[in-house]
Parts: sequence; C-alpha cells; structure tokens
Amino acid sequence: MNRDLIVNLVIFALLVAVALGAHVAGQGFTVTLATKAAILGLAGVGLNLALGYGGLVSFGHAAFFGIGGYVTGIFASHAANGDPILTLPFTLMGSNEMLGIWPMAMLAAALAALLIGALSLRTSGVYFIMVTLAFAQMIYYFAISWPRYGGEDGLSFYVRNSFPGLNTFDPIQYFAICAGLLALALLFTAVVTQSRFGLALQATRQNEQRSTAVGIRATPVRLTAFVLSAMITALAGALYADLNRFVSPSMFSWHMSGEIMVFVILGGVGRLCGPVAGAAVFILLEHLLGPVSDHWQALLGLMLLAIVLFAPGGLIGLTLKALRRTEHG
Amino acid sequence: MLLAEQVLNGLQYGMMLFLMAAGLTLVFGVMGLINLAHGSLYMIGAFACATVAAWTGSFWLGLAASLAAAAAAGALVEMAVIRRLYPRDHLDQVLATFALILVFSEGTRWIFGDFPLYLKLPPALSGAVTLPGGLQYPLFRLVIIAVGAAVALGLWLLITRTRLGIRIRAGEADREMIGALGVDIARLYTIVFALGAALAGLAGALVGSIQSVQVGMGEPVLILAFVVIVIGGIGSIKGALVGALLVGMTDTLGKAVIPGLFARFMEASDANTSGSAVASMLIYILMAAVLLVRPQGLFGARA
Repeated sequence: MNRDLIVNLVIFALLVAVALGAHVAGQGFTVTLATKAAILGLAGVGLNLALGYGGLVSFGHAAFFGIGGYVTGIFASHAANGDPILTLPFTLMGSNEMLGIWPMAMLAAALAALLIGALSLRTSGVYFIMVTLAFAQMIYYFAISWPRYGGEDGLSFYVRNSFPGLNTFDPIQYFAICAGLLALALLFTAVVTQSRFGLALQATRQNEQRSTAVGIRATPVRLTAFVLSAMITALAGALYADLNRFVSPSMFSWHMSGEIMVFVILGGVGRLCGPVAGAAVFILLEHLLGPVSDHWQALLGLMLLAIVLFAPGGLIGLTLKALRRTEHG
Repeated sequence: MLLAEQVLNGLQYGMMLFLMAAGLTLVFGVMGLINLAHGSLYMIGAFACATVAAWTGSFWLGLAASLAAAAAAGALVEMAVIRRLYPRDHLDQVLATFALILVFSEGTRWIFGDFPLYLKLPPALSGAVTLPGGLQYPLFRLVIIAVGAAVALGLWLLITRTRLGIRIRAGEADREMIGALGVDIARLYTIVFALGAALAGLAGALVGSIQSVQVGMGEPVLILAFVVIVIGGIGSIKGALVGALLVGMTDTLGKAVIPGLFARFMEASDANTSGSAVASMLIYILMAAVLLVRPQGLFGARA
C-alpha cells in the first residue's frame, strides 16, 4: 500500500473510531460533532474535486451547500403541511424520505452549477474567484428577500427525514448515514480522478495549452467537474439541514464558502481525505477554543495564515513530510 | 421628482463603491494581488472615524483619522503579510487574506464589542438642501458624490501626471524592468497598497456616517466592489468608475422601480415581495450579461 492511501484510511478510521468510542461512552454530543465533521468534510470533498484536481478556485460553493439544505427544508416542510411544492408544470409533493430528497437536492444544485459554471468559466484566474463569489452572494440575497420559505429567519422543520431501516434520530445511526455517504463520495472521487476524465481534468489544471494541444477541450471538462463538485457539496448541505432540522440564508453566505475552502486547504489541496482532516480539525478547534475565548476565530485566522505562508501542503502535507524525514533521518 | 432623488441616491451609492473598487483594482493592476481584506480596511476606517470623533468631538479629525488609520493598517499588513503573497497563486492570496478578515473582525469585536457605533455629522454637513427644481436632498449625500468625483479626478491626475503615477503604470507593465531601472519596488508596492487602503478607509468613514459602524460591515461592500471590478475590467480605474456608477444606479433604481412594475400584473403584496427579490439580484444579472458579451470586463485589457 502506498503512503497516501494509508494516510487516507487512517483519517477516515479515526473519524469513525471517535464516533463509535463516544457512542459506547454514551456521549451523544461528541457523536454529533463527529457527524458534523463528516458532513462538512463531505462538502469539502465536493469542492476539492473542482479546486484541488481541476484548479477551479470556486469561492461560491456555499451556493450549492445552501441549495442542498433548502431543497431538504422545503421538501420536509411541505411533507409536514401536505401542500404540493409545485402544481405546474407537474405536481410535486413534499417528502420525508432522504432517498427521495437527496437526488432532488443534487439535481437542483447541478442545474444551478451548470448555469453558474457556464458563465464563470468564460473567465479564469482571479475573475473566476470573484464571479463565483458574486453569484453565491446573489443567491444569498435572494434567500433573504424571498419570504415564502422564511426569508431572513430561515426555515425549521420538526422531524428529521427518514431513511429505510434506520432510526435517523439516533445520533450514531445518523452518523452512519453521513459517514457512509462520505465514504461513497471519497470512493467516487478516487475513481473519477483516475479515470480518463479525471486525468484530462488534471491536465487542464497543470497546463491548459498542452492539454489543448493533445486534443482536450478544457471548458467542457471543467464544467463537468464543477457540476459534479457542486452535487457532492449539495448532498452535504442536505445532510447538514437534517442534522440541524433548520436551514437559514447563512448556509449561502460568503463566510460559508470561505469555510469550505478552509477545510480543503487546512487538510491539503488535492489530497483525497484532506477536506475530511481539515473539517475535523476545524470542528475540534471550534469546540476546544470556543469555550476558552469568544474570539477563537482570530486564532483560527492566525493559524490559517501560518499554514498558507509556511506549510502550503496543509496538514497532510506536513504529516507526509514528517514521515519522510523520520524515514531518511 | 422621486426619480431624480433615486438617481442621486444611485450616484451616491456608486461613488461609494468606486472608492472601494479603485483601491482593489489598483492593487490588482500593479501587484497582481486579490485582497479580500480590503473590506476590513473599510471597517478600520469607519471605526477610527467613530472613535476619534467621539473622543475629540470633531468629525473632521475623525475623517482624517480614518484615512491615517486605514493607510497605516494597510502599510503594516502589506509589509508583514501581503508582501509574501505576490509570488504565490491566487488561491494562497485568497486564503491568507480570508485569514486576515478573521483576525481583523475578531480583533475589532474584541476591542469595540458587538454593538454598532453611530457617528454624528457636524452641522455644516447635516440637513437638507433644496436643489434646482425644488427637490429636497440630504447635503451629506451630495458631499459623498463630490468626494467620489474629487477622488476620481485626483487618481487620474496622480496616475497620468505625477512621477509616482509613471512608476505605478510602469509597475503594471513590467515589474522586473522598473526594478532594474532603480525603482524601489518594495516601497512602491507598500505605497500603492496604503493608498488603496486609505480610499477604503475613507469610504468606510463616509458610509459609517449615514449608516452605522459595526463589525462585518466591510464584506458585503467588498463583494459589490468585486462585481464592479468584474464589470469594469480588472486593473482599470476608468472601468472601476464606470462599473461603480452602473452598479449603483442599477441597484438603486431597480429597488425603486421593479416592485411598482410588478404591481401592474400581480397583486400588491406579491409584487412587493417578488419585486424586491428580483431587484436584489439585478446587479448580478448585469454582471452575467457583461460576462456573456465581454468576459474581460468593459475596460479590461485581457481575460
């Protein structure tokens, strides 16, 4: 087994071990923290596909996270009151079934990503960052000023959606769902990045001119990666909505986009499990430093700054470097 | 009459956005850096103005303090952090400046707390004036328009007519060459960054005077300034001015006109809610339209 694979397995195993250990010790709250780490890690895994492998620095992935969340909230609230969501062009009723909601959440995000991606990919570099940020902000303002689904106050629903054969209210069972989807997304990313498409995507990141010269049209490849990436992040948004049984416009905010990006970088750009490690460390810090000081985000900022300036490979990069050093030293 | 008032509001909003966008686009044009912490400098200007104005009782001293504090913070950050980011890719720049936002926002919250501060305008600037045609309009908003126009003129003179301007333009064109010709590039970059920061601080102080001064006030404006730059073209001051006025006008007039327009074919309450929802998206639709026609922005040289 190569070293990257071992690191990835260790990270995932640690997350599961923490959740199982907390469950056995009867600490439901810690299980919920691990669930949150799995969900935010999943959002990061989505972004990593575009950012890490495709070099597409999207500062607007909160848009897809929020769309996933709102689709879940809207389906759940309609299921509760029995009104149809749509009557034209076809009747669409609310639902409580996660298996029905997830594809809808991913479909909605895919459509949004197709539109946003097609426009944003007309630009590159720093324009792309600003344009994706702006489109996410547009959806944020739309969510605030559209009172139908709560507007600024957000939308809460009282019953967590259901999954066949499981009690989603039990923290460890809900963790199992989230960790299972995270594992699937990681597997999907691993397969996709080794496929013809994934190699083409990485070629366009490394050298657009050369990849064009060997016959890869960059834009369709990038757009596909952007849409896939948005769908994974939307799935995370749907899980996050169910975790809190509440969605609010803050899921769409630029701050959320920044955080998802931080998960990816903190762990290590373009590393399979990087976002999972990043999200877990982020939540650990929030949990440990939060009670010590209200201003823990300032510390987070300083730490992030140090990582960007002095350890560009992120936490996994640091670990691998340390491993290599002990081996040779 | 109402329309004239909205046009003036749009002009004022646009000028404020121009003050933000000018600094951003200058820094990008000369150093190739995307600075998310520009909104923090805006916030620092507003807080400096509010604090000094409260201590001394003089709004004018507060205004001077906003320029000085933002420029000083800008120069300090440039020398401590930003300087290391010029050779890095945009992703590193985004993250490092995102980290700076966290530090600045929490630092400010730590010092000033969560409650918004309010600025009191001096009598010479408050009240309304009667414009030709009988329109009553707040004097201070006219002052903001005038300040924006003066800054635009000043920047144009600075860049086309002074030695510093020649160096800035040369730095945009070829930074190695002007370094070889004996210009201290590190100092030039610090000056340009501090200049952009001072403009952001000024915008913060002016806007803080009509709204409120609070943590997090900078980021919504920052994102609008990005929209302005995307529309105008990165690195172009002229583009920033045109883009800012376009965005200011579109947003203000959209919010004033669209709900009324919608009311012609739907019920009043529905028209109000869906109208304001659409109006809030209008500037982004404008941006999308510009991207479709000219991806490099109206005055941008390259994509």
